[in-house]
Amino acid sequence: MPGFFSPFITKPDSVSQIMLKVLLALIPGIALYVWYFGPAILVSITLASLTALATEALMLRLRNRPIAPFLKDNSALLTGWLLALSIPPLAPWWLVVVGTAFAISVSKHLYGGLGNNPFNPAMIGYAVLIISFPVQMTQWLSPHGLGSVELGFIEQLNYIFLGVFPEGIKLDALTMATPLDTLKTQLHLDGHVGEILAMPIYGRLAGHGSEMVAAGFLFGGLYLLATRIISWHIPVVYLGTLFAVAGLFHLLDPAHYVEPLFHWFSGAAMIGAFFILTDPITSPTTHRGKLIFAFGAGLLTYLIRAFGGFPDGMAFATLLMNICVPLIDAYTQPKVFGKKEQKP
Amino acid sequence: MRTLHPFHGGIHPATHKAQSNQKPIAQAALPSKLIIPLHQHVGNSAKPVVEVGQRVLKGQIIGAPEGHVSSAVHAPTSGVIAAIDMQQVAHPSGIPDLCITLIPDGHDEWIAREPCDDWKAESHTDLRHRLRDAGVVGLGGAAFPSDMKLYAHKHKIKTLVLNGAECEPYITCDDLLMRERAAEILQGAEIMRALLYAEEVLIGIEDNKPEAISAMRAAVLDGKHERVEVIAVPTVYPGGGAKQLIRVLTGIEVAAGVRSTNLGVQCFNVGTAYSTWRAIRHGEPLISRIVTVTGNVGQPQNFETLLGTPVNELVAQTGQLPGTTGYIMGGPMMGIRLPSAKVGVIKATNCIIAASDKLFPPALPALPCIRCTRCVDVCPAELQPQELYWFAQSKNLLKAQEYHLFDCIECGACSYVCPSNIPLVQYYRFAKSEIWAQETSKKAADAARERHEYREQRIEREKQEKADKLAAKEKAAQEAKAQRASAPLPNPLPQAGEGANVADAPVDADPENTMQLKIQAAIDHAKQQATVIKPKNTEQLTPQQQAEIAEIEARRARIRELALSSADEHTDGQGDK
Repeated sequence: MPGFFSPFITKPDSVSQIMLKVLLALIPGIALYVWYFGPAILVSITLASLTALATEALMLRLRNRPIAPFLKDNSALLTGWLLALSIPPLAPWWLVVVGTAFAISVSKHLYGGLGNNPFNPAMIGYAVLIISFPVQMTQWLSPHGLGSVELGFIEQLNYIFLGVFPEGIKLDALTMATPLDTLKTQLHLDGHVGEILAMPIYGRLAGHGSEMVAAGFLFGGLYLLATRIISWHIPVVYLGTLFAVAGLFHLLDPAHYVEPLFHWFSGAAMIGAFFILTDPITSPTTHRGKLIFAFGAGLLTYLIRAFGGFPDGMAFATLLMNICVPLIDAYTQPKVFGKKEQKP
Repeated sequence: MRTLHPFHGGIHPATHKAQSNQKPIAQAALPSKLIIPLHQHVGNSAKPVVEVGQRVLKGQIIGAPEGHVSSAVHAPTSGVIAAIDMQQVAHPSGIPDLCITLIPDGHDEWIAREPCDDWKAESHTDLRHRLRDAGVVGLGGAAFPSDMKLYAHKHKIKTLVLNGAECEPYITCDDLLMRERAAEILQGAEIMRALLYAEEVLIGIEDNKPEAISAMRAAVLDGKHERVEVIAVPTVYPGGGAKQLIRVLTGIEVAAGVRSTNLGVQCFNVGTAYSTWRAIRHGEPLISRIVTVTGNVGQPQNFETLLGTPVNELVAQTGQLPGTTGYIMGGPMMGIRLPSAKVGVIKATNCIIAASDKLFPPALPALPCIRCTRCVDVCPAELQPQELYWFAQSKNLLKAQEYHLFDCIECGACSYVCPSNIPLVQYYRFAKSEIWAQETSKKAADAARERHEYREQRIEREKQEKADKLAAKEKAAQEAKAQRASAPLPNPLPQAGEGANVADAPVDADPENTMQLKIQAAIDHAKQQATVIKPKNTEQLTPQQQAEIAEIEARRARIRELALSSADEHTDGQGDK
């Protein structure tokens, strides 16, 4: 029986397929993550996925919504993955669980669930964790070959779930600050960019290992662009703004402001440009709006990185711009068919 | 090569046209009965002019046009009128409408036709009348009376656009018409061009119909038509929407609420041009049209079909397949689901699709909107469908209008691409109908209020008039009294014989005064009575009751006015004498 009203045909496309493609696009970056930092991240992703699905189901039940169709939409999984990728892989298990549960329950379902959340849930989860547990949130694993000691997978599992290390090893020996964090600290100590970048944690463009992970996300992002899951507006303008502002400061004072490519391949810039800022629910719908949104996010990211208190500015830049979305949309409505300036 | 002006958005659904465009147009068999609705066009319903039991001839008017915007309805074949009653019609609501049922007698006997050998010799008014009497309406789906669109008005019309785009999937009736009857389409276009004083004729055909394009181009050359151009336009739905086709061919965008003629363009379907020619040249009214029968049928094909042919009898000729769950009239993007297979084919029926679950799977449950803006990317009206959905859903109708709800052409492209399976167009239809309903009730309320205010005013005025009259009378009486008092008595010493009258004198001396008293008493009495019998529940009347009362009052006032004016005339007449 066809539906009651036209159109009677639809394109075979669904929310769950879109979300699935985004998840797939994350895989190159995750693979490189595992290559450089070991398999601990897979544990975080699994934990986050399970927590996300369980929280989603619980919240749907509490809200008297059908559970199966929403669990199958893959949106909770995506939130879980993005959050897991923002948390240090060797973090204790409860950190991932608390962050994901908060992201799904408070920032998504309390606002009305899928499609109604004003803020990116993964970034809310990250913000909650970095404010509440700053110590745990800044103990990042050293990349493969850089740390004084390295843990095997079983030993990593032991630490994540039980909090125990093998005899004689301490957490400090395994972890280090992120390349962005190190840069910031060293600059505060009157270091010069040139000297700082000579440190072993830096690679060709940015952090050793992490720059390759960022490249993986760039690759996945290009796939999203090619399959038209996302449009060019946000990634291009975001990265462009970040590059331009960083480039300006670098030109003015190369000793204290690192070159723009470093910013591209550090921290969450790449994953943010293609996977986080482009979240359709929390970004503007008009083309002009997307440009403004991405420009603001790029500018804020740089300002927080260069002058703020946090090592990376991506999450807060995203959240700050999320607030502006309704306003941006309202003021960037395009002219409709027949109501434009008629061409001469 | 003409520069085309592609419109924004659009979609590329599977066309399914090859199913039905492989075979030539066939003549559909004469059905057992014809169910002919009297309202097949935009505007007023036609008025039945035949009686049950009457024999009618093919082409005889059975429904006459009524009012300004209306169109005639004719007997599609000769036979007997079996019924004039309410029956289900080709409308998704299933609400019955007045139909004439005709039982064909099989003779197919024409009424005397009035062919016109040289239409150029006819006046334009006559040509338009002929079209109106021939029941020619737009055959692209809107069914707007064509004579109404063939005025040049005060704006100069440069371009006549003939729409042969046929962008909806499955439909091939225009394709086949252009392949087989190109010359007559062009002749019809020449009549239209003349009526519009248009300079050029542009015929837009989607490039997935190469046979139709070449047939039309050949006919342009053969017929030596000047300034007539057949243009292949890109295949993209809804490229056959009038606004979209006009934009593609001329670059002109016709905004919502603007007439294309104001911008120098008029647009007709190719089928309408063909019917125009048949009506003018051969005197044949619109009694049949080409209908594509396709979908879940054995032999999909186009049929020259008499109007009123029941859908099931038409579909039966193509070999029905099992699994048919219903019928769609029109295409799958903008068509309607027929309430029954027994409804008659109407002037707007371009296609009948037998639907099955395989061809049209039931709609999936809708998920929330994720603002992915795929709908924005495909919207040919360049709207923000996701915002309109949001406003329609929350019944924020003002906001919906602010976001150009009424610019939506309901093409369905947004619903087609929505990954959340939201039936967006239905939300827009709902919002539009809510707004219309609100406007209607607002108008009614305004009218009632005006009537009420008028009544209050009138009562006040009448009161004032009465008081004035009374005052004038009183004044006149006083003056009269004063005059009498000052005047010398004609007979100061009453004679003995008249003595009997003396006692009565004071009373007789002032008859006016007595009258005054009596009148006053009567008025007081009437007032008292009025307060006694005054209805007590007039305070809390429903608006409807108030409206009714106001209406009655208005009617009374009118009668009184008429009475007064006739009385005036009467006195005037006397005065003249």
